[in-house]
Amino acid sequence: MDQQITLQVDGARSALTVDTRTSLLDALRERLGTTSAKKGCDHGQCGACTVLLDGRRVNSCLVLAVTAEDAEVTTSDGLAADGPHALHEAFVDHDAYQCGYCTPGQITSAAGVLAEAAQGWPSAVTEDLAAERTELTDAEIRERMSGNLCRCAAYANIVPAVAEVAAAQGVRA
Amino acid sequence: MREFRYEKAADPAGAVALLAGAPEGAYLGGGTNLVDLMRLGVATPDVLVDVRTLTSDLVEELPDGGLRIGAAVPNADLAADLRVRQRFPLLAQALLAGASGQLRNRATTGGNLLQRTRCTYFTDVTQPCNKRAPGSGCGAVTGLHRNHAVLGATDEGPGSPHTCVATHPSDLAVALRALDAEVRVLGPGGERTVPMADLHRLPGEDPSRDTTLAHGELITAIDVPGLPWAVRSRYRKVRDRASYAFALVSVAAAMDLDGSTVRDVRIALGGMAHAPWRATVAEDALRGGPATEEAFAAAAEAELAAARPLPDNAFKVPMATSTLVRTLLQISAEARA
Amino acid sequence: MTTIERSVGAGVRRLDGPDKVRGRAPYAYEHELDAQAVFVAIVQSPVARGRITAIDGSGAQAVPGVLAVLTHVDAPRLGEVVEELRVLQSDAVQYAGQPVAVVVAETSEVARDAVGRVRVEYESGDPDVVLSADRDDLYAPEKLMAGFETDSVIGDVDAALAEAPVSVDVVYETPNQHNNPIEMHATVARWDGDVLRMWDANQGPHNLVPVITEAFGITEDQLHITSPYVGGAFGSKAFTHVHQLLAIMAAKVTGRTAKLELTRQQMFSLVGHRTPTIQRLRLGARPDGTLTAISHEVVEHTSQNAEFAEQTATATRLMYAAPARRTTHRLARLDVPAPTIMRAPGEAPGMYALESAMDELAAALGMDPVQLRLRNEPDRDPERDVPWSTRNLVACLTEGAERFGWAGRDHRPGVREEGRWLVGTGVAAATYPTRRRPSQARIEAVPGKPFVVSIDASDIGTGAWTTLTQIAADALRVPMDQVVLRIGDSRLPKASGAGGSTGITSWGPAVVDAAEQLRDRDVPAGGLTVTGSSGPGDEAEQLSSHAFGAHFAEVRVDRDTGEVRVPRMTGVFAAGRIINPVTARSQFLGGMTMGLSMALHEEAVLDTRRGHYANHDLAEYHIAANADVGEVDIAWVDEVDEAHNPLGAKGIGEIGIVGSAAAIGNAYWHATGRRVRDLPITPDKWFR
Repeated sequence: MDQQITLQVDGARSALTVDTRTSLLDALRERLGTTSAKKGCDHGQCGACTVLLDGRRVNSCLVLAVTAEDAEVTTSDGLAADGPHALHEAFVDHDAYQCGYCTPGQITSAAGVLAEAAQGWPSAVTEDLAAERTELTDAEIRERMSGNLCRCAAYANIVPAVAEVAAAQGVRA
Repeated sequence: MREFRYEKAADPAGAVALLAGAPEGAYLGGGTNLVDLMRLGVATPDVLVDVRTLTSDLVEELPDGGLRIGAAVPNADLAADLRVRQRFPLLAQALLAGASGQLRNRATTGGNLLQRTRCTYFTDVTQPCNKRAPGSGCGAVTGLHRNHAVLGATDEGPGSPHTCVATHPSDLAVALRALDAEVRVLGPGGERTVPMADLHRLPGEDPSRDTTLAHGELITAIDVPGLPWAVRSRYRKVRDRASYAFALVSVAAAMDLDGSTVRDVRIALGGMAHAPWRATVAEDALRGGPATEEAFAAAAEAELAAARPLPDNAFKVPMATSTLVRTLLQISAEARA
Repeated sequence: MTTIERSVGAGVRRLDGPDKVRGRAPYAYEHELDAQAVFVAIVQSPVARGRITAIDGSGAQAVPGVLAVLTHVDAPRLGEVVEELRVLQSDAVQYAGQPVAVVVAETSEVARDAVGRVRVEYESGDPDVVLSADRDDLYAPEKLMAGFETDSVIGDVDAALAEAPVSVDVVYETPNQHNNPIEMHATVARWDGDVLRMWDANQGPHNLVPVITEAFGITEDQLHITSPYVGGAFGSKAFTHVHQLLAIMAAKVTGRTAKLELTRQQMFSLVGHRTPTIQRLRLGARPDGTLTAISHEVVEHTSQNAEFAEQTATATRLMYAAPARRTTHRLARLDVPAPTIMRAPGEAPGMYALESAMDELAAALGMDPVQLRLRNEPDRDPERDVPWSTRNLVACLTEGAERFGWAGRDHRPGVREEGRWLVGTGVAAATYPTRRRPSQARIEAVPGKPFVVSIDASDIGTGAWTTLTQIAADALRVPMDQVVLRIGDSRLPKASGAGGSTGITSWGPAVVDAAEQLRDRDVPAGGLTVTGSSGPGDEAEQLSSHAFGAHFAEVRVDRDTGEVRVPRMTGVFAAGRIINPVTARSQFLGGMTMGLSMALHEEAVLDTRRGHYANHDLAEYHIAANADVGEVDIAWVDEVDEAHNPLGAKGIGEIGIVGSAAAIGNAYWHATGRRVRDLPITPDKWFR
């Protein structure tokens, strides 16, 4: 069933027609021609489609486009609106990718991790759940980035890349 | 994915009214499981009523020190709530052990409880499955069932319309079951409260029904009653990967000690059954007895005596036993420290 | 006079990095965004063996937006292609998941929904999918993949084993594994008149040319395939698979640009997998650890529609010295999809078994497993009786032991505890063949402009965009910014595909050859174009050439839950000249981690009654996640081996995965005292 919607993606508003069945991911990739977010499984099992939806990281493959009408969608490309984001530079510096396909999702996810840490959110490996401050140790980064699979297995480079930006943002000593 | 109409309502009552008129419709919360199942052709609603922003997204105080969790509270926000982290560590731990950061951001509290099994025969429409296609049989009992139920399942053979060995995948539900939470539901006939004990059901002779909710009933909130000694509680999840995997076995436990005696205890198991499994046999065995490894082991074994494993999931019995014993030992060590 | 710093050997950051991190590098499905494309969805057989008795696409055809439904009755006829590619050509069903129809529609949502409306009836039989060493229909293939002999025998192995003072006789099993690159296979196809234009996810556009031209009766000039960026492959994108043919058919029938992207679930049946193996290892040794006999017998599967004979035991033919030695390979032909290559096909499962057996022998001897390997170092290739071009396994083992802190290790198993964790360490050796394949490269020189270097190479994540630019810059004696590289296009000079760790060893020399033709030549104002080439010579006959490596791992096992963690790994490699230490380190890291994933996680389970891969998605088929990987220490020894190419490189894409699973399995034994001989080592196996 077709429906007219307006999406705000990487700062630009676009009116488009979607099927009610269209995922946010497919709306971006097949209807708007915005291909920064990738499809790796279409079921929330890999994280390649991660975007920031009103600043929170989500799997865009599981979000129906019609529900994203009033939301602000940010892809990895959108993080570079004012020049490369610190995460972009850190990923390049640490060679935190190989084929590059899961990478935009890793970067939006990492942006989400940094924001969550700044709010003091705990994770499954947080020792003291009652602590109000979050310290993004290597173990914390590994756990929090585990929703983004990388078959090239750049994990051991992704961790220092995220750690570098975390330190600069004050969520890591 | 079948075509559907997308509807929004002004309030929960409006949503209930919409769905009451749509026998094949469904509520859409975070969508993290429903959209997944729709894409697989497993769920085929013709109307989706978006309730993600209709119910409360707040965590509110209850007079007894408990918390009322709005059904729309995202899993991530609930896990981050300091009151949850301080009063009910097992609840925060269960949430944080589930899925990924992205999924927890989108998944709602109400939706989490209504997740459907990840049995691969259920999620593949070309395979037999009594839960998805009643009467088609069960592919899992003779196929891949390594992560299936060992407690409370129905196994009358692969051809029986009753057979179902699926597990419930939620971590949150296991913790809520241990905490004796109550689910507030709005339906065409008004509001009612369903204890967690009565929400999820065992397959019995009708594996197609996961819960006791009727069509059109909407979860609006979950009440977690106050339990001061839940400050010493744990959720321990054992899984194949270090993260981002469903439980093989999980244990939610809280214990109240009087010196070295167990004054009270709550235990629920995940990954073991069609519903979160409250370990009442173990609880009864422990209450009033010594908080020792031997007592914990005897209680765990008593609980698991009812297990009826299949060839490839028999490991869950010793795994659940030792995980439960260790979890209780950790809680009692903390209590004494 | 200007001096140009050498680019080769420098840790140059990936040139394609800035585009990749932003998501601006276009992968196959991301081409032709404005093309008013049609979308192709595949209908698959749930039956693993049998015949289609009736098929009716009318229900799908009736869905608004559906343009065509193709079945074996009406699909375009293909030219001469191998059996596994004869898609929609007959009513025969040979594996679960086989395409039996496609739906072509205006949107992907409509195409996918209409798949469920194609009615198919089957006559089916019980599938035969269980691999066993006891089957009475195992057979010896004529040759193994890559032309290896099926069996090898030297000396009287049985007698040597019987006489050996110390011996082991053990069986290891490795499961079905799936490549699962995160970019799913995708094809965009359009017919521009009689020219077929494709944007495709593959490991070398030229790899596809022979099959597609033959299948559709066109010439090479009528086919143009572009693949500048590929989202991982690991072997599954090396060859043509049926989905590419289906997309081309859909484009032909509709006259539109057709887009086909496999679903993740389809990745388990349509693009190959690594065969499961059953491997019996028998080793005989003298009390001082000197091997007297090595026997490695392999059973693996292939499909009804293809013979894929993986070279599982060939690494055993060269690893260690021993007077009596035997390797054999036997196949069972099952109702499964055709297997394919997956990162280090043969070596990855084969060396897992050999290196685990070596560990068991070390235990039986009461010997340091590093010393056991050093004791059996051969000075020539022990089966081919030719010299090594270079062999630096000893250096890898000794340097690895040093870096890892192996000295002083208590070799007794199951005696270290930290809290509830049982802790152990393990070692394994690695090897992977060095070779090169024919390739051509072209360089266009125009005064005052950068050199344009063209070669149909592909970068599947290896770093070829960067390393080939480095190689070209040095060969041309210019800085890297004076080189513009073009790869991933079938209209560029023909080159070998990215596979078998041969990219740099094959493409690099072709680029160097072209550059050398330009050297000392004046470039006229109108420009100059030269073409270089490279290919194997007789060095492959005269020398035995392999990369080597050593893995060390620490493993922790939770005694209550059976959970396994690998907090640290060390890998040291001798793999010839390293072109770019940054991208090379990533290649080793990726291989080692995929080995960890093989050790702990990966197993596709065949349903024995229905014949399908039951856990066919990324929630149920686990690959290692970030939290599964700890500290990874990587180093390489100085080595330049110019026997195969003037760069002195050996190829590094695969050796990282070879042996790393064995190191982890050996560490698991050292931690627990229990030997798990069937991968993966999941927590349930602790409770056996």
